[in-house]
Amino acid sequence: MDLLLDVALLSLLLVTAVAIAWTRDLFSAAMLAGIYGLLSASFFVTMGAVDVAFTEAAVGAGISPLLILATLALCGRRQKPDRSRALLALGLVCTVGALLVAATLDMPAFGDPDAPAQTHVAPRYLQESMAEIGIPNVVTSVLASYRAYDTFGEVVVIFTAGLGVLSLLLGLADTRRSAPSLQAVPRQHLVFRVIAKILIPPILVYALYVQFHGEYGPGGGFQAGVIFAVGFILYALVFGLDAVRRVAGHGLVQFLAALGVLVYGTVGVLGMATGRNFLDYSALGSDPVTGQHIGIIVIELGVGITVAAVMMLVFYLFSEQLQERGDGGGQLTSGRAG
Amino acid sequence: MLSHLPILQVILPLVAAPSCMMIRRANLVWFFAMLVSTAALVVSVLLLQQVLDTGPISYRLGGWEAPWGIEYRIDLLNAWVLLVITGLGTAVLTAARVSVQREMDDLRQTVFYSLYLLCFAGLLGIVATGDVFNVFVFLEISSLATYALIALGRDRRSLWAAFQYLIMGTIGATFILIGIGFLYMMTGTLNMADLAQRLPEINSSNTVLAAFAFIVVGVCLKLALFPLHMWLPNAYAFAPSIVTAFLAATATKVALYLLVRFIVTVFGVDFSLTSLPLQSLFIGLGLMGVFVASVVAIYQVDIKRMLAYSSVAQVGYMVVGIGISSVVALQATLLHLFNHALMKGGLFLALAGLVYRLGSSRIDAFNGLGRTMPWTMGAIVVGGISLIGMPLTVGFVSKWYLITAAIESDMWFVALLVVLGSLIAAIYIWRLVEAGYFREAPVARAATVGEAPLSLLVPTWILIGANIYFGIDTRLPVEVTGAAAQYLLGGIQ
Repeated sequence: MDLLLDVALLSLLLVTAVAIAWTRDLFSAAMLAGIYGLLSASFFVTMGAVDVAFTEAAVGAGISPLLILATLALCGRRQKPDRSRALLALGLVCTVGALLVAATLDMPAFGDPDAPAQTHVAPRYLQESMAEIGIPNVVTSVLASYRAYDTFGEVVVIFTAGLGVLSLLLGLADTRRSAPSLQAVPRQHLVFRVIAKILIPPILVYALYVQFHGEYGPGGGFQAGVIFAVGFILYALVFGLDAVRRVAGHGLVQFLAALGVLVYGTVGVLGMATGRNFLDYSALGSDPVTGQHIGIIVIELGVGITVAAVMMLVFYLFSEQLQERGDGGGQLTSGRAG
Repeated sequence: MLSHLPILQVILPLVAAPSCMMIRRANLVWFFAMLVSTAALVVSVLLLQQVLDTGPISYRLGGWEAPWGIEYRIDLLNAWVLLVITGLGTAVLTAARVSVQREMDDLRQTVFYSLYLLCFAGLLGIVATGDVFNVFVFLEISSLATYALIALGRDRRSLWAAFQYLIMGTIGATFILIGIGFLYMMTGTLNMADLAQRLPEINSSNTVLAAFAFIVVGVCLKLALFPLHMWLPNAYAFAPSIVTAFLAATATKVALYLLVRFIVTVFGVDFSLTSLPLQSLFIGLGLMGVFVASVVAIYQVDIKRMLAYSSVAQVGYMVVGIGISSVVALQATLLHLFNHALMKGGLFLALAGLVYRLGSSRIDAFNGLGRTMPWTMGAIVVGGISLIGMPLTVGFVSKWYLITAAIESDMWFVALLVVLGSLIAAIYIWRLVEAGYFREAPVARAATVGEAPLSLLVPTWILIGANIYFGIDTRLPVEVTGAAAQYLLGGIQ
């Protein structure tokens, strides 16, 4: 049964990947990329990596197709015909592929209990983390404590990406102009409005659940941040960008994006202030395990804040571009012929 | 506090970057960024001192010992590179204010400094860490920041250049990640020292070989080793002047450091240079890079692009040093890493002054420059002489060591080609001298254009002065790089 599922999922992944490369219609490519994300997420679930699957579902299948669609709304859905040296590229891709296949020949079998990945570093995470950190989700222990510094780096990556988009699109569209940006869906589309209103509160509550339940089940700041942002973005899609910006304006979102990173960094520095190393939470509580708890909750909060704020910031900046072109109107998918 | 030096180096700029977004006043942000990078420079000086005194330092992040947690491990090699990056990063940042004011609108300046610090921290993080996955994370930070910084150029072609680099850089980063994944699969660890210990048992396997291939190609993409250099000329030519100076002085140096680190420390020289014909490949590609890029440089009209091609050529020299793989050759590479940072940092800052006054870096902007902007032109001449490798400049020192190493290893043709390559450099530098001193400036310009502002000129001349100072008093770089090369290759010599 497992094998059948794996074969089915992997073949679907392959077909989707080829289709993405094949199609000249960027709109279908974007939708296919979303499908690819969802399939990968399912595949990760069958491999038992639920945390990764969760992230992939939220990012790969959720927000990244949305951002690609926002780009398409600006640059059109048709790819320009190109006569590049596709043969050379194909040759290179085949070489790399062959190297990857060759590499698999000597790999330990998937799930082999004697594989180095299961026998060297991992056993300590599995056996000791409950005593050392005291939370049931080992993945969170690794991400947020043993390798918390990598996670800090990842948050900074997200922040950098947000700044990159900001530096490129900032001020290109005059945000003070009163012209309605991404407009509300017309009133007669009642279904949209009602469904959105019903959906958004559970989405936000769910995001909070994912945020604070990450220690016990799959989830954490990254996923929660994305889900939280999606709630706001959905609102913007249905009720217009201005309506959302009244709640969380440009300045606020930029501030929060920076704040999340600072929260994370401050926890790290507090570790140093208590006489330990950077990101050592042990001295933050009455005993090391409580300290770890406190540290992990606060840094996850920092992650969530930055991720949500950056996603919203990027969405704002894209949508404001639509306004400048004057062809936004809530229809991200309309796109001009390129 | 002293025990925290390794991490302070990186988290100072890393935490300062988001703080910039809260200050939001261009001049204040610049000043703040200056303070932070100066502090990082001081830390790196202390760190080098400490490593020289006590040997390699290890720092456990989160208090978890390696390989379960992430370790920062500072030895002579990365202490040296950290010093180069913080030194050059600070010098360039000192010069940044007026140039950035001229080339960017108010809104973007805050974001610019924030991105600059992120890139700075990313590069430092790559160098300081002793964990291969952590390398990837910080590579992402510095790369993303770099793409955005390049795209801030005034010319709209900067967008295309940044996009080109984004695609190439992402391929490189993905290759590195694939390699790291394979290594983890085969060893169960991500810690460099631990990998070095566990790899020899299994390094005949296809998977490790593939990991090695992916990592080397990925790093060489970031390094812009010929023929993977296609992204570099456009990126340097169209980026804001300050960004070009910063990247030329630091980014390729970090990629070179990574190459040395992976080849020597992680995989070990025995494996790295015997499993693939890497030795001849590096010498061959390096020398081809020197010649092709130098010849192409002669024909460039835009001087920023000319110096960019020259950078590709200089990367060639450094890789030749790795290819020869003796202690002296590696020392030559590490010396050239420092020396080239000084040359290109100084030269591109001088160009920033030119662009500030004339708004152009084309060859015809140089006409009569010896009279209108004598100090800027003087800096370019001295920097150029160093680039050619004349005695009494740093360029001579590293080439001397490279040639010595080649002769010691009986590679006479390599030594000869290195000298020939320098002669080609003399040709393209001569074009600048000819335009600057032997051609007349347009009459209209001669009266109006003055010397570059002092805040640009002083950092330029500090770097140019360093070219001469370290060309005469070679003790510091020669001693440190000699000890570092000995430490890295000590086992096999």
